[in-house]
Amino acid sequence: MTKKLQLDSKHLPLIATIGLFIVMFIFGSLRYTGFFSTQVFLNLFIDNAFLIVVAVGMTFVILSGGIDLSVGSIIALTSMVAASLTMNAQLSPVLVIPTSLLVGTILGFCMGCLIQYFNLQPFIVTLAGMFLARGLCYLISVESITIDHGFFSFMASTRIPVGGGNFISISVIIAMLVVIAAMFIAHYSKFGRNVYALGGSEQSALLMGLPVAKTKILIYTVSGFCSSLAGIIFTFYMLSGYGLHANGLELDTIAAVVIGGTLLTGGAGYVAGSVVGVLILGIIQTVIVFEGTLSSWWTKIAIGTLLLLFIVLQRVIVARSKTNQTSVSSH
Amino acid sequence: MKSKLFWPIVILLIILLINLFFDKNFFTIEVKNGYLTGSLIDILNRGAPLLLVSIGMTLVIATKGVDLGVGSVIAMAGAVGAMTVSGASGDSLVPLFTAIGLVIGISVLTGIWNGVLVSRIGVQPIVATLILMVAGRGIAQLITDGQIMTVYYDPYTFIGGGHLLMLPFSIFIVAAVLAVASLLTRKTAMGLFIESVGTNPEASRLSGINSKNILLMVYVFSGLCAGIAGLILSSNVASADGNNAGLWYELDAILAVVIGGTSLNGGRFHLMGTVIGALIIQSLTTTIYSIGIAPEINLVVKAIVVLIVCLLQSPEFRKKVFGGFTAKKTEKKSEGVSVS
Repeated sequence: MTKKLQLDSKHLPLIATIGLFIVMFIFGSLRYTGFFSTQVFLNLFIDNAFLIVVAVGMTFVILSGGIDLSVGSIIALTSMVAASLTMNAQLSPVLVIPTSLLVGTILGFCMGCLIQYFNLQPFIVTLAGMFLARGLCYLISVESITIDHGFFSFMASTRIPVGGGNFISISVIIAMLVVIAAMFIAHYSKFGRNVYALGGSEQSALLMGLPVAKTKILIYTVSGFCSSLAGIIFTFYMLSGYGLHANGLELDTIAAVVIGGTLLTGGAGYVAGSVVGVLILGIIQTVIVFEGTLSSWWTKIAIGTLLLLFIVLQRVIVARSKTNQTSVSSH
Repeated sequence: MKSKLFWPIVILLIILLINLFFDKNFFTIEVKNGYLTGSLIDILNRGAPLLLVSIGMTLVIATKGVDLGVGSVIAMAGAVGAMTVSGASGDSLVPLFTAIGLVIGISVLTGIWNGVLVSRIGVQPIVATLILMVAGRGIAQLITDGQIMTVYYDPYTFIGGGHLLMLPFSIFIVAAVLAVASLLTRKTAMGLFIESVGTNPEASRLSGINSKNILLMVYVFSGLCAGIAGLILSSNVASADGNNAGLWYELDAILAVVIGGTSLNGGRFHLMGTVIGALIIQSLTTTIYSIGIAPEINLVVKAIVVLIVCLLQSPEFRKKVFGGFTAKKTEKKSEGVSVS
């Protein structure tokens, strides 16, 4: 009996998130004409493909009990590197894309090493990474670099029909592939299990003989890679590289992951939840666009309120599962 | 204590000496128009808001928490302050005191909000304060209606731009807050309570400390410090900008605290270390501008300095780099610190 209850309470944040999304979609559909359409729904994916990819990487970091503040800057840096290599160095996309992807991966790897080997706080190390990546952007160029290249325009403007006159973009497909891969890794691979174990208790993971050091470094490398991939998708979306791109995105990402039901203490949560979290942030924006008269700052207030609701919900669940069973295994 | 403050002071001195290398008059302090002027005074004056926020942040971090909302509180406080005196002119001091009262009220309220979330509902500090960080800036923009509000009222601009005894007035505010914080935490048992809550809230509660109220109190103090910083900032530029006022202050403040030797894991805190940490960040910014390095590199330099300071403070790093003999010494030292 306890087991059934525990399973329910574990899924509750995710169910609540999905429920909230449906409620908001119905609310929008009733209030605004033209809101209820498949394309509006698909646009959520098109406009937030990059955010989904970052959120997936961030989910692993938060599951392990860490935090990555550098994601927004790495997106900016990747867009800058891609733009500068394409426009200034005139390199072919075959070289540009892998090089740009390496940027975040290497940065993530270095941050992971610092966190693991020198026992520094993830918060501080990724904060330094954030400063560094933003600074490097400005070293490349202070101005925005507009990309004018066949490959990038192709990636940006190609519409893939999905029936009924609706379409998605190539970025959405990339994002979905990342999500599927991440779900597989999180739930069916050794690495995924290690991440959950690490978030549950680093001490126990160490005593169990799990490769804590390797896992930790890999987590930040994966997050860095995801940020860079998101940076590429963002570059397709904006068709430019700029040092101010994705300013403050790290907090949106953390908000999406939290709204998606992942505990910030680590150890519990789902990749799928983060995707729904991103969609909720997206639908808030859409509602505000449809409303027309609401100013953009209401977005911030709405996200803040939602965060509050979900955090309190999480607390209630954790408190309940603690009273239900005394063992540590609850999350 | 000595080992914790040693590296920050060395780094601060190095940064200041680098300045001397580029500008022979860096340490000169002159009297101009009846005020003391000079680069050092300038660093103190411009660093005042960061110093204030960092002092508040130190106590929060000592309880194993973190206050991400301070930047938004600065924006809100600035918006409320500027809003209150926006219509005022002349010499009447009533609007000034109304503004100060409102700002203090609002900042205490934000502190209570964060404190209740953390201490009563039991939300992780980083998440609890994230709410205010996201929503607060929206509220600040709501107050100013998204505009940059300009103030034409001299008593208000005195807070951040005025002088007292030939020194900038803001320095006195910082000194007063620092004095109050030091007295409360070092001359009363309060500091010990905060440290014990930061080390183990459950054990502190069992030993009779009201850890919930201690937590609530540090967040209120942090909110108050941020509010006053917002007042100084908005008064300094005689305007309120809901969008950009206090942007990234929370991160700078956390850095100042960490550079000052207070661990993000809570426990022992060092107010003087924080002051030095905040001065390092401020002098770094000033140096980068005065040496003529392109401001773009500012962030890169900052990142590198942060990493160096943090690495120097990491026992693991010292063990690995300085090796055998020093390792034993550091171990002993760090043991001594944790016991004291």
